Amino acid sequence: MIAVDAPASDPVPLIELRRVSKIYGSGVAEVRALDGVDLQIQEGELVAVMGPSGSGKSTAMNILGCLDTPTQGSYRFRGVPVESLDRNQRALLRRHYLGFVFQGFNLLNRTSALENVELPLIYRRIPRAERHRLAHEALAMVGLTGWEHHSPAELSGGQQQRVAIARAMVTQPSLLLADEPTGNLDTARSHEIMALLTGLNRERGLTVLMVTHEADMAAYAHRVIRFLDGRVVDVVASGGPG
Amino acid sequence: MLWNALLLALREIRRNMLRSVLTILGIVIGVAAVIVMVTLGDGATRQVASQIESLGSNLLMIRVGQRMGPGQRSNAPAFSLADALAIRRDVRAARAVAPSSSTSLTAVVGNRSWSTTVTGTDDAYFTVRNWELEVGRLFSISDLRGGRAVCVIGATVRRELFGAMDPIGETIRLKSMACQVVGLLRAKGQSTMGMDQDDLVLMPLRTYQRRIAGNQDVNLIQVSVRDGFSTEETTKELERLLRERRNISASEDDDFSVRDLKEITNMLTGTTRVLTALLTAVAAVSLLVGGIGIMNIMLVSVTERTREIGIRLAIGALEREVLLQFLVEAVALSSLGGILGILLALGASIGLAQLLNLPFVFNLGIVLIAFFFSAAVGVIFGYFPARRAARLDPIEALRHE
Repeated sequence: MIAVDAPASDPVPLIELRRVSKIYGSGVAEVRALDGVDLQIQEGELVAVMGPSGSGKSTAMNILGCLDTPTQGSYRFRGVPVESLDRNQRALLRRHYLGFVFQGFNLLNRTSALENVELPLIYRRIPRAERHRLAHEALAMVGLTGWEHHSPAELSGGQQQRVAIARAMVTQPSLLLADEPTGNLDTARSHEIMALLTGLNRERGLTVLMVTHEADMAAYAHRVIRFLDGRVVDVVASGGPG
Repeated sequence: MLWNALLLALREIRRNMLRSVLTILGIVIGVAAVIVMVTLGDGATRQVASQIESLGSNLLMIRVGQRMGPGQRSNAPAFSLADALAIRRDVRAARAVAPSSSTSLTAVVGNRSWSTTVTGTDDAYFTVRNWELEVGRLFSISDLRGGRAVCVIGATVRRELFGAMDPIGETIRLKSMACQVVGLLRAKGQSTMGMDQDDLVLMPLRTYQRRIAGNQDVNLIQVSVRDGFSTEETTKELERLLRERRNISASEDDDFSVRDLKEITNMLTGTTRVLTALLTAVAAVSLLVGGIGIMNIMLVSVTERTREIGIRLAIGALEREVLLQFLVEAVALSSLGGILGILLALGASIGLAQLLNLPFVFNLGIVLIAFFFSAAVGVIFGYFPARRAARLDPIEALRHE
């Protein structure tokens, strides 16, 4: 286990990137997907990440999600240097502190909503009965009571994304990483999902980091971070929907 | 974790039922073939051994002359009753010594006749050849000493000459002599070489020598060795004794031969064993082929489920947990094949044993070995695909369509 202590007050930010670069290839073929990014996110923030494709925001999200490591610079998660962790330690960090929501939902096919939500709990060795209870609660939280035994194919896009959010939230993570969570949904469904995420942020103090292309989705965030050519070019306080 | 992995594996197998069944077919056939081969081989070995055993255990056969080739023996003077008595007196390891002489004759009762082997011997013969009486009696001392015209017959001779009639007290004509049946031997059936052991007529040696052979010859001395004595040592002792009695000088070869029945047993069962081993090896190859089939389908499965693996890794599954999941699936597949193979093999070997008239020998050892081997095939051939799954990059895997 990795000891990641909760901060006493606020000296340590939840996320801190210092001069982080990600370089693919070498020599002439060298590509700097990230080029010296500095970034701090405090606990309880709802932050939107914007930028055109190829701007490095996906690379940044992968690094922040501990799925990838920076080539240079340091990434501290609650003060813990992630770049010094090995693959398994990063997996444990994801297991215990992170939740993921993807554009394509990424639920397991032919597996019920309930079982999808239980999945992270299995890896946490939570006993069966407790797993059931927590998964039911999480599904109730996203408004899917009564849909527990439906498979993803039997659910609408909005419902599938709610299952995905329930799956991410069931372990009560410190940070929710959402990669274009509304990218595959219509406007009404998108606003429902954003309402759900802002509600979780407000009521549970969940830190949310969300990539989006749409300005009206970014408007829900406290801050909007813009990426361009592997650099953070702009950080705008948005103030949220109020 | 293991339990969850097993549940998951069984679910995956059920989801792709047809594919799973086709995949494990190789293992099923491999396991079944190995078990059937070994089971039938055991049966054949046991049959050979028990048939030879029925000839008499620890039996040494002393014949005149040396074996020159198939059915040919060098000429040499016959033994006499005195040789047999000398062995009985001097060789401590000898439990029973039966001198005998035989010939082929036609036996006649009423209008029925049957060509059989007539042997003159004494009561020791019943001991050395493990004969038991069905009805009647063996030879009495006065039968033996007086050379009386009495005989003990085998089941085949009884059937051919008397049918269902009680043969005891009846008279059989052999050449010019008439001989009264006093005993009937319990049937033994066919010998390993396919000879009918029950086709025989026994009479006192003296009667045979006087009334049939017309000489004092003894052609065969059979010696049954006491338990706890080695047949090799006894063979040497017999050779020494007989060389002395037959005045064979040190430079000359034996003009008789001592054969140990145990050697024949070992030779025959050895042949069966080698054959079984070879067939088993061939069958094991199909297990190997089955393993490759499992590896193939597991690789397909890993590719198909790349995105699932990505999701699992993203939400915090460890490399070894993903490895375990796919390994358990491969082992579940191959063990399922093993279990089906065992069931198939038991059915097939019971049926085949009946068809081939062999005893069915249930060999728990080979069943367990086959099962563990099939599970091991799953581990060995499942490891590579499972490791490939575990080593996937979660970012790449999540992007996989």
